[in-house]
Amino acid sequence: MSATYEVRGSESSAAPPAPAPAKAVKSTRPPRPSQWTQARRSLRRHWQLYLLIIVPVAYFVIFKYIPISNAVIAFKDYSPIKGPWGSPWVGFHNFELFFQNPVFWTLVKNTFFLAGYTVLASFPIPIILAIALNEIRVGVFKKTVQLVTYAPYFISTVVVVSMTILVLSPRLGFVNDAIGLFGVPSIDFLGNPDYFRHIYVWSDVWQTTGYSAVIYLAALSGIDPALHESARIDGASRLQRIRNVDLPGIMPTAVIILILGVGNIMSIGFEKAFLLQNPLNTAQSEIIATYVYKTGLLNADFSMATAIGLFNSVINLVLLVVVNFVAKRITGNGLWS
Amino acid sequence: MSVTLQGFRRTAKQPASTSKRTAIEETRGDKVFLFGVKIMLWLALIVVALPLVYIVANSFSSPAAVSAGRVLLWPIEPGVKAYQTVFADPQIMRGYLNSFIYAIGGTLISVTLTIAIAYPLSRRTFYGRNVIMSLLIFTMLFSGGLIPTYLVVQDLGMLNTRWAMVIPSAIGVWQVIIARTFFRSTIPDELHEAATIDGASDLRFLWSIVLPLSKPVIAVIALMYVIFQWNSYFDALIYLKDPGLYPLQIVLRNILILNSTTGSAADIAQNLERQQLANVLKYALIVVSTLPVLIIYPFVARHFTKGVMVGAVKG
Repeated sequence: MSATYEVRGSESSAAPPAPAPAKAVKSTRPPRPSQWTQARRSLRRHWQLYLLIIVPVAYFVIFKYIPISNAVIAFKDYSPIKGPWGSPWVGFHNFELFFQNPVFWTLVKNTFFLAGYTVLASFPIPIILAIALNEIRVGVFKKTVQLVTYAPYFISTVVVVSMTILVLSPRLGFVNDAIGLFGVPSIDFLGNPDYFRHIYVWSDVWQTTGYSAVIYLAALSGIDPALHESARIDGASRLQRIRNVDLPGIMPTAVIILILGVGNIMSIGFEKAFLLQNPLNTAQSEIIATYVYKTGLLNADFSMATAIGLFNSVINLVLLVVVNFVAKRITGNGLWS
Repeated sequence: MSVTLQGFRRTAKQPASTSKRTAIEETRGDKVFLFGVKIMLWLALIVVALPLVYIVANSFSSPAAVSAGRVLLWPIEPGVKAYQTVFADPQIMRGYLNSFIYAIGGTLISVTLTIAIAYPLSRRTFYGRNVIMSLLIFTMLFSGGLIPTYLVVQDLGMLNTRWAMVIPSAIGVWQVIIARTFFRSTIPDELHEAATIDGASDLRFLWSIVLPLSKPVIAVIALMYVIFQWNSYFDALIYLKDPGLYPLQIVLRNILILNSTTGSAADIAQNLERQQLANVLKYALIVVSTLPVLIIYPFVARHFTKGVMVGAVKG
């Protein structure tokens, strides 16, 4: 479904240039050469380019498209000896088993809430940071804030999770010291499933806000300064200028980032959930991605794990297409035309 | 980015900063608002920096002080014992070395392949470039999943080899888009025509003219790959079994995270001093593993941003 969207989108944007100039310049040649002739001519003249692209294209075929065809084992009872195509068909059996599994709704709920909460929290905060940075004058302070808030983006997930665990630790971490000042007894944050989502989301906000703000800052710098000047002459306050000049200016960027965020809701990061997970908080930390890992690689149930993964990918794709459609209807901006 | 951005800001804000000479004064409401904005930014700065400072301060403190939770922002009874232990640990050092190998080797492969696909796709005369680009973008939206990819890597005999760390994730579609956009917007068609007239083949043109002109974008995608490789642990988790091949991130996970959830009760019987040292060790390990990235970061941040922007201009 999305494949047709894609092809149509890029065709309309980039296809015309190739034939059009040829027609205009070389009008001496009677009929326009057919597609096939064009392809052959291009291949003969620029064979080196086609040679160059063979290895990368092979990479995409082997590591991206063969796995998609391998996903057929979701509908089979996979046996390593017979291979993906030789194994016997079982239809939707794996999917039925998964849907009937009592863990199914817990997984969907956990994945959905975790991702939804992440989008809700990590969408507005970078916009606020970018606008605030945009309001103050260029100087050491502004540069420092930018550099420091951007830095966590470069820290690995393993280290961020380790830091979170250390900082929140009941015995050593400063968070428990801080709440201890108010007379609150120390809390084992990671041992309690109710805290898992907050820890996940806010450590994510800590890590990515500065990076996301940079994108909005660029969008803000693209706004015509004349708009601000004239708004000021008309007596607009800073707040009014933010609302009427800045926010509309960054709207297209914000919509695209929101689409990407919502579109990725079901493919929410395996790495962090897996690392923050421990036997005490699985009630909320078990999401589809971590379950696929456990089913597939720890229990070696390849067919089931593939079926669950496929379910996830399809939902994700549908979400992306729907969100893009809605966003285009409402704001006129979308990922593809 | 910040260069152009500063240019804009300076012209836009000049009147405000020298408000005595201009007609429009900042109103009182605006001044209050600006004050609020500054307080907010200070808060953001503190919230982001505090955990980082806390980790560094702890890593330089004495084991006893760390275990008592006395360290906050400044090292107490400073020392470098933890660092000596980290650098003496063969497991950590091997992880470090492996990560270097994967980061350097992987980046070389990734950059080469990315250019090899991005350049032809940037040329108007390349037949089928739109179809190939669409197929590439489709892989961003839909994937076969964990197990089907694992099966491919298994069939290729890459399991438990160094290749598994650098080949399956060699090309990033995002990086291809960035490079292609750069080639398309900075290498004019006339340049290629001129070179062709002078008898240069496509490869010669790429090597002698395009690549020297594209140093900035090559640097950007190389940095993206380096940092991605240095920080990645998932591929190692699923493809590697031999501890001798583990990259630093897996070693970190084993020491920092797996230990932290099982340790607390069982270790009480253990030697107190060793337990205390293990605590500081975690902080020192975090600093040591993140340092290479954070040292180069301020120098590359500007280019990094620029690269992200180039890709965003036309996805």
